This record gives sequence, C-alpha cells and structure tokens, in this order.
Amino acid sequence: MGKYVIKRLILMVFTFLIILTMCFVLIKLLPLPAVKSMGRDVKLVLARREAMGYNKPILVQYGLYWKHLFQGDMGLGEQMYYGLEVVDVFFTKLPYSVVVNLYSILMAIPLGLLFGIYAALRKNHWQDHVVSTMVMLFISVPSYVWAFLVQYILCYKTGWFSLTVASRETTEFFSWAMFKSMFPAVLSLGIYTIAGLTRFTRAELSEVLTGDYLRLARTKGLTRSQAVVRHAMRNAMVPILPMILSEFIGILGGSLIIESVFAIPGIGALFVQSVNLRDYNFFMADTFFYTFIGLLSGLVIDLSYGFIDPRIKMGAR
Amino acid sequence: MNEKILKQYADLPKEKFALVQSGEKISDKKLATKPIGSFKDAMIRFRKNKSSVAAAIIILILFLYSMIVPLVSPYDVSFRDGYYKMLLPRSETFAFLGWDGCKVQNETQAGYDYLSSIGYELGDSAVKDVREVYQDAKGTTYYKLYVDSYDKVGFIYVDLTKAEYQALQKYQNENNIQVIYPLPANYKTDFIAVSNGANLWYELQSDAASNQGMSAHHDENGNPVFVPNYHTSSNPTRADYESLRIEGDNGGADGETWYTYAAKNQSGYRARVLYREYYHYVNGFYPNHLLGTNQHGQDIFACLAYAARLSFLLAISVSIINFVIGIVYGAIEGYYGGAVDLILERISDILYNVPFIVVATLFQMHLANKVGPLVSLLFAFVLTGWIGIAHRVRTQFYRFKNQEYILAARTLGASDMRLIFRHILPNSLGTIITATVLIIPGVIFSESMLSYLGIISLETSGLTSIGTMLANGQAYVSTFPHIIAVPSVFISLLEISFNLFGNGLRDAFNPTLRGADE
Repeated sequence: MGKYVIKRLILMVFTFLIILTMCFVLIKLLPLPAVKSMGRDVKLVLARREAMGYNKPILVQYGLYWKHLFQGDMGLGEQMYYGLEVVDVFFTKLPYSVVVNLYSILMAIPLGLLFGIYAALRKNHWQDHVVSTMVMLFISVPSYVWAFLVQYILCYKTGWFSLTVASRETTEFFSWAMFKSMFPAVLSLGIYTIAGLTRFTRAELSEVLTGDYLRLARTKGLTRSQAVVRHAMRNAMVPILPMILSEFIGILGGSLIIESVFAIPGIGALFVQSVNLRDYNFFMADTFFYTFIGLLSGLVIDLSYGFIDPRIKMGAR
Repeated sequence: MNEKILKQYADLPKEKFALVQSGEKISDKKLATKPIGSFKDAMIRFRKNKSSVAAAIIILILFLYSMIVPLVSPYDVSFRDGYYKMLLPRSETFAFLGWDGCKVQNETQAGYDYLSSIGYELGDSAVKDVREVYQDAKGTTYYKLYVDSYDKVGFIYVDLTKAEYQALQKYQNENNIQVIYPLPANYKTDFIAVSNGANLWYELQSDAASNQGMSAHHDENGNPVFVPNYHTSSNPTRADYESLRIEGDNGGADGETWYTYAAKNQSGYRARVLYREYYHYVNGFYPNHLLGTNQHGQDIFACLAYAARLSFLLAISVSIINFVIGIVYGAIEGYYGGAVDLILERISDILYNVPFIVVATLFQMHLANKVGPLVSLLFAFVLTGWIGIAHRVRTQFYRFKNQEYILAARTLGASDMRLIFRHILPNSLGTIITATVLIIPGVIFSESMLSYLGIISLETSGLTSIGTMLANGQAYVSTFPHIIAVPSVFISLLEISFNLFGNGLRDAFNPTLRGADE
C-alpha cells in the first residue's frame, strides 16, 4: 500500500511537471500583447518587461519561474489587475468559487443519495422510472441551459433572487444574504451533481441488492431496512464515497459556465478574462491550479478505494 | 526429395479435379433462415428499443435540418437587417396557434396611439388587439396591447441616390405597389428627435406636457383620431416624384395641396418608405422568420442551422479521427504490451491530465491565426479526445490476445496486422462504436461552451455557433427570451437524443450491460 501511494505520488509529480513545462513553453512562445492601451507609458512597460526577464531565453525564464514560484510569486498582472500580484488576486477570487460549489455540494449529496437509494429500492416500479427519466433529463441537458432557465424563472419572472452575487464588502461569505444571492447559481450547479449522484447511487445499490449475501441477510431474519442499511449500503458506498470525495476536490475548480452566467467573480471568470485579455501570468496560474486539481482528484479517487474497503489491495495486478 | 514432390503438385490444372459426390443426393437440410451476423443481431436488438429509435429519428431530423436549411433558406449568417431586429417567431401556416410574431405589451396613451397609427394609412395597424385598458392610482390610462413585432417597424426614412430613387418609382409603377409614402410635415425635426419619426405622420396634440408630446387627437370616447399631417406643396411632382399617390392625395380642396413624397438632400433624396414593401423591393421576399430574429436582425432559424451544421461537421470529423487514432494507438499498446505499452500509457496519461480548456485555449492562441479557429478547435479536440477510445481498445486487447483462437491463428501463420484487425478488433467494435458515437454530443457541448465563454470566436468569416447564439441572447433573457431559448432547446434536444441513442447502441452491442447507466 505505502509503496503504491509513493509510486502514484511520484507519477503525479512527474506528470504535473511535464504538463506545466509544456504549457509554460507554449505560452512563452506566444508574442507578448502589444502595449497600446490609452494612458500607459510604452517605454515604461517595455522597461518593466525587460526587468522581469521577458526578453531572456525561454529556458532561463523557466528557471526564474520556478525560483519565483517557490517564493510564492507568480508574477504581476499584465493586461488586467495592472501591477497586482497574481497570487493575491487569485486568492481573493478563490473563495467565491469555493463557496458556491460548497453550497451546491452540501445540497446535492444528501438529495442525490436519497433519490438514488429510493430509485434502487423501487427498481422497475414507476417511482424508479420517474427518477431515472428525470436523471436522464438533468444529465443530458447542458448545464448552461439549466442556468438560463433558473435565471429566467427565479431572477426575472418571479424576481425572488437578485441577478448578481452579493459583494464581499457588504456581507460575509457564510451569511444569509450571500447564500440568497448565490442560490440560483447553487441550484444550477447542484442539479447536475444531484442527477449524477442519483444515477451512480442507483446503479451501484441496485447491483448490490441482487447479491446473494443480501438474500442470506433476509433469510436469517433481518428486516428489509436492516438488510439494506447494514449490508447493502456499506458495500454500495465503496464506489460512491470516492466519487463524493472527488466532488469535494472539484469544488476548488469552480465552474466556468455557471460563473459566467451568474457573473460570479470566481476563478473561472478569472480564467476566461485572462484568455480574452491575453494575460499570460494569470493564464499560467489558472493552468497550474486546474492541472493540480485534476491530478489530485484522480489520485484521491484511486487511493480512497484502498482506505474505504480494506479488501481492495492497491497496486495489485 | 520432398520439395520435388511438392513442386509436382503445386501447379495442378483445374481439370484434374472432380467433385466426389456430385452425383449423389445430399440429404442435409438447407438453411431456412438467413445468417445473422453480430451487427445484424445488434440492429435487431436496437430496433426493439423504442426510445432509442425515436432518439435516432430525432437526431436524423436535426441533422437534415442543419444540412438542408442553409441550402434553401433565403437568409444566412451574414444577412443582417437593421430594422427587423428581435422579431418574434412567426409562421404563416401556424399563426392561429399563437405562433404569429405578436406579443402583449403595456403602453401609455401615447404609445397606444403611436402603435395603432402604424399602418393606418394602408388600412392596417400594428396593434392586433386591445386586451385590457386600466388606470393606475394616479389616474393615468394604460393599455395592454397585442402588438405585431413585424408591423411595429412601420415606416423608415431612406436616403437614396437619384438612380435608386428612380428605380424605386419605376418598381412602384410596374407592380402597382405603394412603397414610398408622403413625408410628415415635421420630417426635418422628428427625424432628429426620435429615431422612428417616420411613423409620426399624424397630428400630435399641442398639450405636450401631459401626453409626452406624442399622443394623437381623441374623440369623446378616448379613441385616437388620426389627422394626417403630411408635408404639402403646390407642386405635385416636387422632388421629382412621378409615381403612385396614396388615397386622399388629390390636390386637396383647392387642387394645389399635394403631398410631398421625398426631399432632396446632398446625396440624393430622402424618402419615407413602408419598410415591409421596401424590404421586399430590396431582397425580393417578404420577411418571415420562423423563429424570429436576434439583436443583429439575423434570422435565428437559419443561423441555428448554420451553427448546427458547423457543430455536426466538427463533431463528426473529431469522432472519426479519434476513432482511427484511438484504435491504432490502443491496438499497439494492447497487442505489444510490455515496454511499448508502458511508454505509450505514460504519454496518454500526461495528455489526459492536461485540462481541456487549457488545450483549447493554447491551440486557439497559437493556431487560430494560421489555420482558422475551426481547424485549431478540431486539433484541440483530437489532441486528447482519442484517449478514451484507445483505453477501451487496449483493455479489449489485453482480454483477447491470449485466448486460444488467437494462438491458433498465429500458429497458422497470421501476421500481426491480421491478428489485430481480423481477430481481436472485431470483438470490441461494438463498444468502440458506441464510444465513438458518444464523442459527438460531447464535442458539440464543449464547442458551444467554449464559444459561449468567448474563448474561441467563431463569429468571424460568416460562421456562427450555438455558443455564440447563446451569448448573443443572454443580454435579452428577460425581454426577448426566444433568442436564447431556441439554441438552448435545440442543444438540449440533441444531447438528450444522443444520450438515449448511445444507451440503445450500447445495449444492442452488449446486451449484458442492459440497464446499467455507465
């Protein structure tokens, strides 16, 4: 087990480094954006670029990049947030993404599990068909369509919720006002998670429910609910829990689409902005972050199997 | 010695062979049914799945729509109209179902007068129905009107050169259609004051303060009375107008009061035209937008077809390329195994972990200027898209490559290529085809997402994409929801159908997985 974890970690670091190097080189190969916006001193900007080493060979810059990275420095804003530290801006944006996602997951997990279990227990009854059809619908229809629908109904037609997210200057992250302003976004994000979790839970649990040991449990006198809770659920949880875990890691990544539709100033919006304005420092920081999150969540899923179910031997062929 | 004998038998002439049992009666039973191959078997199973068949039909309809409409529609993406903007969906055949391009809106007295005056000159009105008249607490009267979004445009001023002006008059004479209408008396000022001043042809009330200066005269019941307020002149052919005249324009009581139809200006003539007829004159057809228009005056029905065609072509090419690369890569990995597998697996592992959004962006930044945004997007999808298929193929190869029948084929001298493509690959073709088909909705979704976010821009060079249409409509979610609803419904329908279709295919190819959702 320990050996497998170390092997996976080394592989992850290795992959991470290669991806980062590739992205760095590709970004540095792009021409720097022209300095022509109003009110900016061209000479000053060029001089600053020289001082930041933008004119050095790419390999030298790459070395510098790592040197600065270990000092917690990812450069300054070039085309947006002029002169501000990328890391600082990034960490003021991150909480918005995290909070929205956190709310949606906290809403989605119990509901998803509940619907999934219900559908599995009522398999091939009409309740199951209703749930399955809904899941099908919610998973197939793109998330932005749900977002538009939620926005149209909750924000325009009924006017119950505001269009934009409350500012941090006026309220705290974990306050009622913030939750209320975020609710449409939370709902549109949650729909998809609920549907995914329901489908997964239903599939796993209904497979477990056909097992022989469950029949034995019923034969030895356990009630149906006892058998389901004590035997079926525990086994069904083996693949479900890693999925929930990965959802929790995924909340860091945010959602590009939802943040764009509901104008949430999170890191997804930051990424889109950095692409449109060609700010390479921000772009690099976001790439760094997204890659890391992706790798981490894959790793956690794989490793968690071993922790959750001692019968699973990690790394065994 | 041995070789000699072999050689002797190598070139036996055909005549030396004779069938042993040719004279005897064969008592074997002839095969009564046709042989059913695995594909045919799968198709039979697929056809039993009603929802999947329905989904396949819907996909086919959407596909045909995206292919045929760009060929036959008079509109295309570059067709923009400055006046017929944000029109509501209208179908001439199904107008009675409420699909008539009309909408309920609340107006003040001035607004009611204005809307009902449009088209009054030709015996028509933009107001199709007055649903309700009510007064607020202050006693101001409001009208709930059912207004035609096409007729609402009414009249516009156009600046024509002399040649254009004469051609338009000639057109009027030949077809007996009134396009040019008299100028209002205050055309010089109201053109500046309000952009739609060409519609203010009637006398406005002097009592400007209480009526916003735009309401008409009213009779004792409060109904508007439109008194024409045209610019007149004693010269019937003023501004070189020698064509049809509207009713009532007969020189007036004194025989010298003729309406003026145009005014000369620096570049030629300014005329007031009925936009519907002028549109017909310019384009050769009357406006009819089945799904309305957006804020640029583009026909949504045609734009959607163009966008869908782009999505389909992109998605289908991506899935074909991924299919080929995935099979070759996965086959090499799975068949040769060992060090080859290890190295190739690491490469695909690394590629797999690069966030797609980053790949798409980098390709866009590097290649879009050289090969165009569409091709660079194709590259981005191909770069990582084949990994899933390669992985499936690899798994299948590991499963089959050590089985006895492969060993038998190898013993008979089958080459590597023959083993791969004849003996192992067909086993896994079902799952691979399913995976390949399911690439299509994924690509369509990702493409629409990227263009919606503005990360890729496909709007240049006469293209449009579903994402661009969604982004266009977002500013009008509250006022004109149809702009965003149409592409949303289209893509939802497409994704649902593809999912059902994919499930059906999977069940058909692999009945043991029936009902499983993954």
